[in-house]
Amino acid sequence: MSTTIPETDHDLVGGPDQPLQVLAEDGTRHRSPTLDPLLTDLDQDALADLLADMTVLRAIDDEAVALQRQGELGLWPPLKGQEAAQIGLSRALDPDDFLFTSYRENGLAWLRGVTPAEMLAVWRGTALSGWDPFARRMATPQVVIAAQTLHAVGHAMATRTRGEDGITVACFGDGATSQGDFAEALVFAASFQVPVLFFCQNNQYAISEPIGVQSIVPLSHRPVGVGIPVLRVDGNDVLAVRAASRLAAQRIRAGGGPMFLEAVTYRLGPHTTSDDPTRYRDEAELDRWRRRDPILRLERHLEQLGAPVEQVRARAAERAAEAATALRAALAELTPPDVESMFRHVLETEHPGLVRQRDQLAALEASLGPALGEDS
Amino acid sequence: MTMAQALNAALADELAGDDRVVLIGEDIGTLGGVFRITDGLKTRFGGERVIDAPLAESGIVGTAIGMAYAGQRPVCEIQFDGFVYPAFDQIVSQASRLRYRTGGFVAMPLTIRIPFGGGIGAVEHHSESPEAYFAHTPGLRVVTVADPQDAYSTLRAAIRSEDPVIFLEPKRRYWGKGEVDRTLRADLDSARVLRPGRDATLVAYGPLVLTALEAAVAAEDDGIDLEVIDLRSLAPLDRATVAASVRRTGRLVVTHEAPGTVSLAAEVITSAIEDCFDHLEAAPERVTGYDIPYPPSAFEEHHLPGIDRILDAVDRTLGRRHSREVRA
Ligand SMILES: Cc1ncc(C[n+]2csc(CCOP(=O)(O)OP(=O)(O)O)c2C)c(N)n1
Repeated sequence: MSTTIPETDHDLVGGPDQPLQVLAEDGTRHRSPTLDPLLTDLDQDALADLLADMTVLRAIDDEAVALQRQGELGLWPPLKGQEAAQIGLSRALDPDDFLFTSYRENGLAWLRGVTPAEMLAVWRGTALSGWDPFARRMATPQVVIAAQTLHAVGHAMATRTRGEDGITVACFGDGATSQGDFAEALVFAASFQVPVLFFCQNNQYAISEPIGVQSIVPLSHRPVGVGIPVLRVDGNDVLAVRAASRLAAQRIRAGGGPMFLEAVTYRLGPHTTSDDPTRYRDEAELDRWRRRDPILRLERHLEQLGAPVEQVRARAAERAAEAATALRAALAELTPPDVESMFRHVLETEHPGLVRQRDQLAALEASLGPALGEDS
Repeated sequence: MTMAQALNAALADELAGDDRVVLIGEDIGTLGGVFRITDGLKTRFGGERVIDAPLAESGIVGTAIGMAYAGQRPVCEIQFDGFVYPAFDQIVSQASRLRYRTGGFVAMPLTIRIPFGGGIGAVEHHSESPEAYFAHTPGLRVVTVADPQDAYSTLRAAIRSEDPVIFLEPKRRYWGKGEVDRTLRADLDSARVLRPGRDATLVAYGPLVLTALEAAVAAEDDGIDLEVIDLRSLAPLDRATVAASVRRTGRLVVTHEAPGTVSLAAEVITSAIEDCFDHLEAAPERVTGYDIPYPPSAFEEHHLPGIDRILDAVDRTLGRRHSREVRA
């Protein structure tokens, strides 16, 4: 790829550095010498499964937004529009590969078997982390931008030292690439040739700030400077993301060192449920990206293949409805925890100062009447 | 106007009055900031004075230091309390000590605005009270405000200060309303007695000032007359105002949201003991957040000091029956 042409048009698809693509916007499959060899195993059923996966993610996301609007969740960061990026990556990894993500990767969490209640706990405010990272092979959501990129590098260094097989994946947004932590993660990964995949979902915005505030060249130019090879793909093309992720993972697994993959996509919804995107982007832009909707694109492709699209769609809708129902039902599991649990896990062992504070709170609440923490 | 509007007015007035003033932060331009504190300022003053920064806090504060070197008066916005830590090194190793290091040659008229504290049901890293880290660092001024007038006048004073100022905005009070007189001036050094009282001194700052005032009203029902002090300046500390009050009341309770260990409360109480030990009728009390990371929002009503916990501590200083006896 070129590393010299600065991009002035920040609507990157179709720009001078055309990202790798397998499915055109209208669903036509075109040849990609780089990616085609990695897609030979996909038959029509597999394509239908990918469509169903994306449909389920969208339904979960829509349902979570609805739950937030109904006051059941404090906040939710929608992933709508980024389904292909998350499914494509997930379907290219081994179960043992370990993920470090930020807060928008609920699709990856879902595919890692995180239960609805585990996934909602953070957003309902009943826990800081919903699940066991080791059981899911996925760290719990990181809110501090880019902090997890260093954790991924260290994790990968350690697993290699310990002779373990899996690779480690760091997921982050375009904004994250501006942080010092990210720059340091690249340096460590390159210097130590670490088995790590940097997976950037460039959804064009960091809250209100368009990609141009973070970078005047495609983000994938940046790692090149420290010697990390890159791939840049159309992030709304689930086949391209899956193939590119596989390519990267294979290379890393074979001892090829770190890789960086930029999935060029778009956040169709607000940054979070408390954001107002009409303040910083216009309908015309949104419309352009709606036409590149990853779900529509795969549907069109299936149509062109002569697949029974109505049937496929109906089956996907059924699975999506089930997932949404499960999400809503999970709220019942998220009752307020007992107050004493707030004092647990600060250190491995209880320390007297905290025991004292906990007892004081219990005593106060007991003295105020029908009490919380009374049964201690 | 609301406190948010008062802060916006203060920024607008300083930008208009001094072309060396520049604002820099994430989402502060087009969006007007996630709390809309900078709403409309980019339209009015342009993108060179109201700068949407790349997503990098160390970058924001570090470049602001350079701007101050070159004669500007930068005002940084850190989006949330929990995101100031990536800039911590630039603040404590650089901004705080440039005047000292250079023997007075380099001033640092830098203001770092941080929405801080809990109580809004937010997710992790959005409810922190980091004031003690900064108050512990020589060379920084640390101030916080409690109502719209104070917010307006103190922010203007902070921007005019030749020293780096950590300006802490109590985010759960952003939407509280009050009169604002734009001609009033504030300093960065003094605490204020918000309500005179006879029986005990209750010291608070930022988000807990309102809670302290409410506690004082509730205490009246029990015949207790509380003096309420808004500390305002956390560094340097106005010890004289606190000591004068404690000499009158003989009792001291300090409250804040940050964990109590190695805290502002610890500092205020120690100062009072040094300054007016002979006047203390009872051991001072602190009512603070617990010594835990800020918990999930389901717990925050228990974690944050409320009226009941404050009054319980007041009762203890007055030797009245209180909860610890109930359980002991
Ligand atoms: C260190 C830090 N600074 C600021 C924030 C506030 N914040 C949360 S998300 C966000 C934008 C992130 O954009 P990007 O990295 O592109 O990821 P996206 O949200 O688009 O997935 C910001 C500024 C934060 N979480 N962490």
